[in-house]
Amino acid sequence: MSIVEMNAITKQFGELVANDHVDFFLEKGEIHALLGENGAGKTTLMRILYGLYRADSGVIRIEGEPVEIHSPKDAIARGIGMVTQHFALVPPLSIAENVALGYEDDFIFHRRQIEKKVGEAAERFGISMDPRSLVRHLSVGQRQRVEILKALYRNARVLILDEPTAVLIPQEVDALFETLKRLKKDGLSVIFISHKLHEVTNITDRVTVLRDGKAVGTVKTAEVTQGILAAMMVGRESFGVKRQAEALPAEKPVLEIVDLCANDDKGQPALKNISFHINRNEILGIAGVGGNGQKELAETLCGVRPPTGGKIICDGQSLCGKEPVQFTNAGLGRIPEDRHEGMVADLTVTENLALEHLDEYTRNGVLDRKAIRRHAEELIGQFQIKARPLDATRTLSGGNMQKMLLARVLSRSPKALIVPQPTRGLDVGATDYVRQSLLDQRARGAGVLLISEDLDEILALSDRIAVIYEGEIVGLLPAHEATPERLGLLMSGALKEK
Amino acid sequence: MSTAKPKLRFVKTDSPPIWVRPLIPILALVGTFILTSGLIIWAQANPFETYYQFLIDPLSSRVSFLEVLVKATPLLLTGVAVTFAFATGYYNIGAEGQLFAGAIVAAGLGMWLEGWNPVLTIFLMLLGGFIAGMAWAAIPALLKVRLAVDEVVTTLLLNSVMAYIVSAILNGPWRSPELGWPQSPEIADNAIFMKLVPRSRLNIGFLIAIVAVLVLWFILTRTSFGLKMRAVGLGKPAARFAGINVNRTILVAALISGGIAGIAGVCEVGGIQYHLIGDLSPGYGYTGIIIATLGSLNAWGVGLAALFFGLVDTGAQTVSRALGVPVYLGEITQATMLLVALGMFLLRRYRLRRM
Amino acid sequence: MEIFLVNLLAATFRVSTPILLAAIGETYSERAGILNLGIEGIMFFGAFIGFYVADTSGSLWIGLVAAVLSGVLAGLLMGLLSVTLGVNQHVSGLGITLLLTGLALFSFRLNYGGRSTPPSIDPFTQIEPFKNIPILNTLTNQYLLTYIAFFAIVPLAWWLLYRTSFGLKIRSVGENPEAVDAAGVNVFAIRYAALAIGGGLMAAGGAFLSLAQLGAFTHGIIAGRGWVAIAIVIFGNWDPIRVMGGALIFGGTYALQLRLQAMGLQLPVPYETFLALPYIVTIIALVIAGRNASYPAALLKPYRRE
Repeated sequence: MSIVEMNAITKQFGELVANDHVDFFLEKGEIHALLGENGAGKTTLMRILYGLYRADSGVIRIEGEPVEIHSPKDAIARGIGMVTQHFALVPPLSIAENVALGYEDDFIFHRRQIEKKVGEAAERFGISMDPRSLVRHLSVGQRQRVEILKALYRNARVLILDEPTAVLIPQEVDALFETLKRLKKDGLSVIFISHKLHEVTNITDRVTVLRDGKAVGTVKTAEVTQGILAAMMVGRESFGVKRQAEALPAEKPVLEIVDLCANDDKGQPALKNISFHINRNEILGIAGVGGNGQKELAETLCGVRPPTGGKIICDGQSLCGKEPVQFTNAGLGRIPEDRHEGMVADLTVTENLALEHLDEYTRNGVLDRKAIRRHAEELIGQFQIKARPLDATRTLSGGNMQKMLLARVLSRSPKALIVPQPTRGLDVGATDYVRQSLLDQRARGAGVLLISEDLDEILALSDRIAVIYEGEIVGLLPAHEATPERLGLLMSGALKEK
Repeated sequence: MSTAKPKLRFVKTDSPPIWVRPLIPILALVGTFILTSGLIIWAQANPFETYYQFLIDPLSSRVSFLEVLVKATPLLLTGVAVTFAFATGYYNIGAEGQLFAGAIVAAGLGMWLEGWNPVLTIFLMLLGGFIAGMAWAAIPALLKVRLAVDEVVTTLLLNSVMAYIVSAILNGPWRSPELGWPQSPEIADNAIFMKLVPRSRLNIGFLIAIVAVLVLWFILTRTSFGLKMRAVGLGKPAARFAGINVNRTILVAALISGGIAGIAGVCEVGGIQYHLIGDLSPGYGYTGIIIATLGSLNAWGVGLAALFFGLVDTGAQTVSRALGVPVYLGEITQATMLLVALGMFLLRRYRLRRM
Repeated sequence: MEIFLVNLLAATFRVSTPILLAAIGETYSERAGILNLGIEGIMFFGAFIGFYVADTSGSLWIGLVAAVLSGVLAGLLMGLLSVTLGVNQHVSGLGITLLLTGLALFSFRLNYGGRSTPPSIDPFTQIEPFKNIPILNTLTNQYLLTYIAFFAIVPLAWWLLYRTSFGLKIRSVGENPEAVDAAGVNVFAIRYAALAIGGGLMAAGGAFLSLAQLGAFTHGIIAGRGWVAIAIVIFGNWDPIRVMGGALIFGGTYALQLRLQAMGLQLPVPYETFLALPYIVTIIALVIAGRNASYPAALLKPYRRE
């Protein structure tokens, strides 16, 4: 008998059907992967199981008994625990307080006693840590362990992990897998949400594949290859867009970064003396595990984070300490890492498309509304954005938002482009579109800085690849020398080639 | 989890049906009157008669209709002032204090410029009041953009400080010699605003207020500064990313906001009271916040809301005189309407749908 | 000079009391993630209800309890708007202030008409625990409510916030409501509870003015004290003990102003300077302390699951 049975689960958000009659069965004591692309409906299905969403229709059974799960409280009572992608932790509180929150419900909070209990539990599950430390001071990997401890402390028999490795370095991934294997031996059932094939084949017993909100099928991991899983997941050949290894005109740097330093939001150094240059007709990929300074690097090069030292030179013009306007005027095209920080959701598409160069559409302070409108209509046509000019930008899909941001930048024929995580959260079609545009820009003569946590994307597009680790560039190599193994070593900090 | 039974539920929607928009104020109005009718009954009056006196009677005679426009004048100006700030995401709760800053300067100039050309005098009063309101608004605005001090608290506290400044002036140098009363001497005849309609209180202040609404409309929808204001107000990070100088936009919007609130003070002194007194404003600065919100930070909406509130203020006095219902019914109605409308605005985001 | 200082100190505790109660109330609201700008109106309404009920029932204590209940209701109304409906907290809080101000004035006019002399009641008397010891007598000659505020409410508020599960939940919903929800705790219920406690304390602060300090209800009874309380909460970094410190600083400036006025000195500046001084000091304190303020991370953010 399955410990969890989900039958014909359907969930709709507005027009979007996130889950369409999905069936999912979890056996006791297995690690079961939920595999699928971004937007396939994996997280939605699990949020329903954990009571964060209500399904529109469908039945959930726990150990054969039909249950109604209205809230996480109900899920916890049924022995279900979930570690979400954005950790559900309260940073200013201690580990013990976070673990006990909402569970140790005596009116008086017996701090000492609870700290002791949490410490003992941590040891029992092989996750050693000091229950008194503040979560604020923990690394991402440690925070994840607190989340797992939180679920186990509540006697979870089913543990849901949503993309647990996305934020971890390889060693931490290994440690996590060790922990999971041990917990499995103790009878825990684990649901492992992922879109990474090698992890799925490495750790899981069975795999259920979701595509476009539908369950494609469930297979035993031992009986399939990564190729079969990839075909189930995508439904067609993946990574249709790839760089051609042809030689383009001679090297001429368009963007030079010299000894760049910057702090993170907490004032700690996040970039340490970063130096590299980008040539015309080149895509330089920055690879690395999330949280190693990519965000700060992108923001500094976009002009929205003040550097604490070093130089940024675009086509001979020094940009350090300048305002974002001067960055764009120097011929730098920038797209933000978080699409929503690049456009004002409540303004219209037309207004957002003009926002970066308002002065060009202004006569004596008055907007030339006709010109702005014409500009928008041209770009909407040229970049195949599925929107009307006066639609509020918030109504656009992620792919169309990204096209809009690209249109705003590419219509200026920039000399250099900064594109952090350009395909994050996009569907296959939009991903291909964005990647093809980057290659077109390279062919046109632009230098492109591609910052991505998706190693496959970096390998498919880059001419040269730099690896960032803890705010430093630890290696820079031409694409033909970059094997996944070598990049893996660099990304984990095990190797430094500088 | 019940299966496949069709049911009605609210669904989040990005494009509300068009019929919802005009429905919101009507529903808010009905909701407000249902909620306030209890108070009217408590005051031993008939709700229907009260509402008639409240909302219809003032429109039925020429005198009281003009009075509605008189009452609407300061509300139009503070509503516009607050909208400038709120549209930029700057919570200027200090229009009340800025209004008094303008009023002090208007009263002063009105006394000192005795014998000058009236048009010039009034122009200088308006200019002086604008600058005074701007200067008073500059304190919290600079603290906000330079030191990141929360403007809500500072503007609120500065309202209290301004009240004491007014009191100090009225109990000190400007204490009216005839009355011995905390009220400034009268302004000169040449400083008194021209009447629009003879033998009424309606004066050019109303025209100035209408111009302010037009200016608001023009800046918000037709100028690049207005687009920058809205971009900053609706999404600071995105505005910054697109190269807009966020702090400068906030500062300029805050100063314009303070200046227009100052003009409201000038119009009250020059057009209605002819002197400075402590209760020159019964809270116009705060009512301006309600008006800006009810008007959805849009010039036409703000204009309509201010005119309607002028009616409510006039009607509250009629009701008080005719039926003995305390005049504060007006304020209660305005606040209730705000709270009801805030709830109703959510309707825009949702749509009934059969699942 | 010594007597001046002792009197000043005694007055400081007295005039700090209403601000302290309101600021502790606001601390609870903000710790749960809700900025309650209804504070000024809730204090005003509490002052009125306290006065009115005490006057009609003949009992000051019944008046106080009624005031607290009115504050709890007002807190729940703020909850309906900001928690359930999730509307802008600035505007809804100000709306509540305007509504309650109007309601109090409306009811006052209805019950007491437009009398020329404002009605009054016999207020709470001050207690004198150390009658025969000179300086200590002056210092401890305070209202019972002042003792309750400083020696019961503040420690209790601190204990509840830092030593109970309920307090842990309040602190957590103000920082990361998603985490609290994921832990199976009802975010809405915690926020409503914090707002109700906060509203009750704010109203108690207002009632202290009408039932103890003045024995009457006037239009200017609160005079911006609610806004001061909000500044003090930031100054006190959302910690009841430090908030008490902030209330004492404001109270001290205010008491100084009262003492100087009472001494009838001929001063080169108008007495309003001293009335405005506490507000200016509060702004300066805010500028200095506000820079390092660690606002509750979820303040002003309504919580929605989808």
